[in-house]
Amino acid sequence: MVMGASRREILLSTTALAGVALVARGRGAWAQEPVKGGTLIVAADTEPRNLNPAMVASNGVFYVSSKVVEPLVEMDYETGLRPVLATEWGGSEDGLTYTVKLREGVTFSDGTPFTSEDVAFSAMQVWKPLQNLGRVVFPNLEAVDTPDPLTAVFTFSVPTPPQLIENALPALSSVLPKHLYDGSDIAENPLNMAPVGTGPFVFAEHRPGEFIRLERNPTYWGEGQPYLDAILYRVLPDAGAKAAALETGDIHLTAFSAVPLAEMPRLDALDDVTVVDKGYEGITYQITLEINHRRAELANPLVRQALRHAIDPQFIVDVVFMGYATAATGPVPSSAADFYTADVATYDFDIAAAEALLDEAGYPRGADGTRFSLRLRPAPWFEQTRAVGDYVRQALQKVGIAVELVTADPGGHIAAVYTDHDFDLAIGSPVYRNDPAISTTILFQGGLPAGVPFSNQYGYDDPAMNEIIAKGLRTIDSAERVAVYEEFQRKAAEDLPILVLVDFTFLTVARDEVRNVANNPRWATSSWADTWLQP
Amino acid sequence: MSWRRLGRRLLQAVPVLLLVAIGVFVLLELAQGDAVDAYLAGIGGAGDLTLAAELRQRYGLADSLGARFLTYATSLATLDLGWSIAFARPVLDVILERLPKTLLLMGSGILLAALLGIGLGALAALRRGRPTDTVVTTAALVLNATPGFWLGLLLIIVFSVELRWLPLGGFSTLDSRATGLAAVLDTARHLVLPAATLGLTYFALYLRLMRGAMLAAAESGWVTAAKARGLPTRRIVLRHMARPALLPVVTMLGLQSGTMLGGSVVVETVFAIPGLGSLAFEAVSQRDLPLLAGILLAGTVLVVLVNILVDIVYGRLDPRVGDNLGRVAGD
Repeated sequence: MVMGASRREILLSTTALAGVALVARGRGAWAQEPVKGGTLIVAADTEPRNLNPAMVASNGVFYVSSKVVEPLVEMDYETGLRPVLATEWGGSEDGLTYTVKLREGVTFSDGTPFTSEDVAFSAMQVWKPLQNLGRVVFPNLEAVDTPDPLTAVFTFSVPTPPQLIENALPALSSVLPKHLYDGSDIAENPLNMAPVGTGPFVFAEHRPGEFIRLERNPTYWGEGQPYLDAILYRVLPDAGAKAAALETGDIHLTAFSAVPLAEMPRLDALDDVTVVDKGYEGITYQITLEINHRRAELANPLVRQALRHAIDPQFIVDVVFMGYATAATGPVPSSAADFYTADVATYDFDIAAAEALLDEAGYPRGADGTRFSLRLRPAPWFEQTRAVGDYVRQALQKVGIAVELVTADPGGHIAAVYTDHDFDLAIGSPVYRNDPAISTTILFQGGLPAGVPFSNQYGYDDPAMNEIIAKGLRTIDSAERVAVYEEFQRKAAEDLPILVLVDFTFLTVARDEVRNVANNPRWATSSWADTWLQP
Repeated sequence: MSWRRLGRRLLQAVPVLLLVAIGVFVLLELAQGDAVDAYLAGIGGAGDLTLAAELRQRYGLADSLGARFLTYATSLATLDLGWSIAFARPVLDVILERLPKTLLLMGSGILLAALLGIGLGALAALRRGRPTDTVVTTAALVLNATPGFWLGLLLIIVFSVELRWLPLGGFSTLDSRATGLAAVLDTARHLVLPAATLGLTYFALYLRLMRGAMLAAAESGWVTAAKARGLPTRRIVLRHMARPALLPVVTMLGLQSGTMLGGSVVVETVFAIPGLGSLAFEAVSQRDLPLLAGILLAGTVLVVLVNILVDIVYGRLDPRVGDNLGRVAGD
């Protein structure tokens, strides 16, 4: 399998690196056998209003609730996917059914046995109708049959690629207890704020503005797991205070680059704190320049090529991300080895070429040196999206395009770009979720209604592109499907409807007593059943 | 102060509240994006339009502008705070949870600022033009010009990271099961740094007022008369200079208690104290109208109460003021 082999390579390189780090830090003397006990204290920026991961498949929710509610499978460096609640999974030749065999002897933390009924209920009542991502992957899911308590058979009304389902399972398949949700208004069920699942931890207490506490699930199915007695999510909204708390040991760990990148070298230099840039391979983000094709200038492909030549992704990598990122070639990040192709049109950073293209497009510099002006809206949610906005403004000014920065808060930004189309350029940060069909092709698909956030609201509608995207959704054979998405990447690089500039993931900063950090590609959003604290 | 006057004061707050309430609605209405947009931004989108449409239906955001204003006005008028969109909990619960923390933080912050300002202001006035005056006045101005988040982080680095004397954030030791005196002391320890940050940033105002008023009093006829009568200096300073000089300080206290209530977002964020300031910020960025209305009501009530308190203190400090106010209000 293409995927397994590539992931193994990643593993080899990461273990090699980890080995170097261990020797350099002289940690060889530390006990390697997991030790039971202890409370892991981690920083939280915000508290999600809904902690139900089956309904809200987002990293902020998973960070807390993936320890309580488990998915069918989890990502793994070595094998691609590793069994969790499912032990076997696979699709039929025709793409109409997908069968999942479930683990024996699993109970929910309230003692009720976990069965295929729970999977069927979660899929039909939650993932498909209510979940933000499930709506995209499971629109054609017709029924889930339960021939026996440990078998669930998903039936689709049109052929659905098993590869897509498999890639979607880690993030989309959190299983809820049917007996606690059935017959209630699922969206308003109080358990959404106090989730119950099969996971290694149980939800214990939420003191708003202060902490969320999870406690060990004594009846967890994993042999001897979990090792920790409890996990405490301490609410620390200020980034500087988080860095200080790591230093004093008030918290053990921050995830998702919660500490500013500028602080990383200082923290990494501390004896008992390490910056870890692994563990997010399954949730790669990208920095994009979103382009409104309703502007005559920007509808011209020559102008878009000129923009690409005028912007230097390597500068963004080096200065904005301080090296913790890579220049992108297209909408599939290079870390997604199963789908990625480097065989696409590339555009060097070349100001002269940009100027020539703009002249050719019919936009010469005016008397004041300006060709035309644009309004740029940087997404407000990351320090880096705002900084890239500043950089793009300067870069475009060098080729004679005046740029006015317009800022708003997240709600305002979403409405302005994706509903009102009130922008010329925007800096976006879409997430690549393990398969291009989950949240990536939607950025290129034409004909979507206004008001869908993080979708193609750019006025780009190309029949050939639309056909490639549709083909990816109905191609059952995995190798053929990979070829379709290679075509997708080539088309995206050729048309440049939006510019994909940089691939980035996050950093975890952990005190050295936390062990088994970043040992899978979705670590921060995985169950932490094998995480332990060195006493 | 009579009950009649108290009632009158509360009634006077109604038109103010009404204006602010309409202002809040209009401003939130003018802001691009609604509560559903803010929510979708937080969870990374929904893939299609149906989720957004369902949520708008659920939150009553799909209604017409007029209908939404009517709902909002009705809930304000009946003091029914309703349900917060962003927190998915009753607004009253969310506010009541944070109110005591805000009051304690703000109360200790303002108290510290006032005590520092009064003490050092009096000192500076008595040592007018001498080095003490210069040092105190300059220090106060520098601290006043220092951004609160910077001062807060500096105090954290010195007292929590380097010296490890004090906790670096929160309102009590996480997950502590302490009760009684131990719990009070624990909270007091947590309050030291945030209260100091607030007090140090704001005491310059009180210092300037106190210093100025003390100097004015020093030149007044009654102080000259007291000196002529041969009263001891200590008595002159305390009774004839400091007491009247406190009047403008108390006025400022009343005014500041209102602004500090909203102005503590920075200190609350740096020290991870869940208070009303950061709650109001959250309510605006989440476009959570019911919550914002609730905070508005709570804030208004608080400011009115503080002002009544200020009036009472005024009367105590200077009996003439109480009478005059009474007569004007009673006309």
